[in-house]
Amino acid sequence: MEPIKIEGTPKTPTVRFDSSAGVFEIRGRSIPENSVEFYKPIVDWLDSYKENPLPKTIVNIRLEYFNTSSSKCILDVFKKLEAIHKAKNDVEVHWYYEEDDEDMLEAGEDYESIIRVPFKMIEIVE
Amino acid sequence: MGFNIESYLPDRTKNNIIFFYKGNVDSDVINQILDEVEYKMIQENDRSKLRKKVYNVLVESLQNLYHHVDKVPEDYEDQTSEKFGILLVKKVDKGYKIITGNFIKADNVEKLEEKIKKINQSSCEEIRELYKFILNHQKISEKGGGGLGLVDIARKTGNKLIYTFKEYNDKYSFFYLDILVSEEN
Repeated sequence: MEPIKIEGTPKTPTVRFDSSAGVFEIRGRSIPENSVEFYKPIVDWLDSYKENPLPKTIVNIRLEYFNTSSSKCILDVFKKLEAIHKAKNDVEVHWYYEEDDEDMLEAGEDYESIIRVPFKMIEIVE
Repeated sequence: MGFNIESYLPDRTKNNIIFFYKGNVDSDVINQILDEVEYKMIQENDRSKLRKKVYNVLVESLQNLYHHVDKVPEDYEDQTSEKFGILLVKKVDKGYKIITGNFIKADNVEKLEEKIKKINQSSCEEIRELYKFILNHQKISEKGGGGLGLVDIARKTGNKLIYTFKEYNDKYSFFYLDILVSEEN
């Protein structure tokens, strides 16, 4: 599978999904007006990855900002991960938040309560 | 006498205005506003927690305009803006005020007002549950909005949404949303 490598912009995150690495990452800012357009290739990629995933997949989410439009697309990404996990593969989401950013921590907890995949909340201390 | 949208701004004293914009709200304009306000907040030495809240609320309020404004009435002075809106950002004691304004068709007023009232009647916990419910159950609309913008603003600020509708004519009103982002919440 061709890996996904998207460079970040002021409104869209850096994305690294590589099926040979087992550690995926979304980092930066995710505040585009049209987030569906941005996230569709990632969701589609996960659909293919689901057919033949690694025994263990870690997904790092390290966002500084995300808008409500992205929040739905991130949920779609997590739903794909949930399906992979349900098929008896090891999947973990590592949700990063800066130490004073309670909003970002709460957002991670919201996803954790909706999605049946183990989450690890990781505080970034400066 | 014309309808002067600026004269009805809830808080239009000239003091401590960080930013004012009136016109078309497209993607490039949103980028410029976000850059400029972020830069000014860094200059003001605001704590990163407040800065992040303001930035988040600004993104949602501008993108609410981008996704949801109704087109301007046929006799309004600005006919070139496809997504016409206004924005005022002010520094206030312990925080910022973000005020937006846009035209809304008279037929859509009731629905929007009901939505705001529902949010304002909810506790912080109820707003969080509402957010999660919409996140999990509502599809992104044709306009591209997720239906979460106002809920997110109320949740992040912890404050009630203050709003006014000023009647422009029998078909249109102008909607003002007055958001307080303060350090405490």
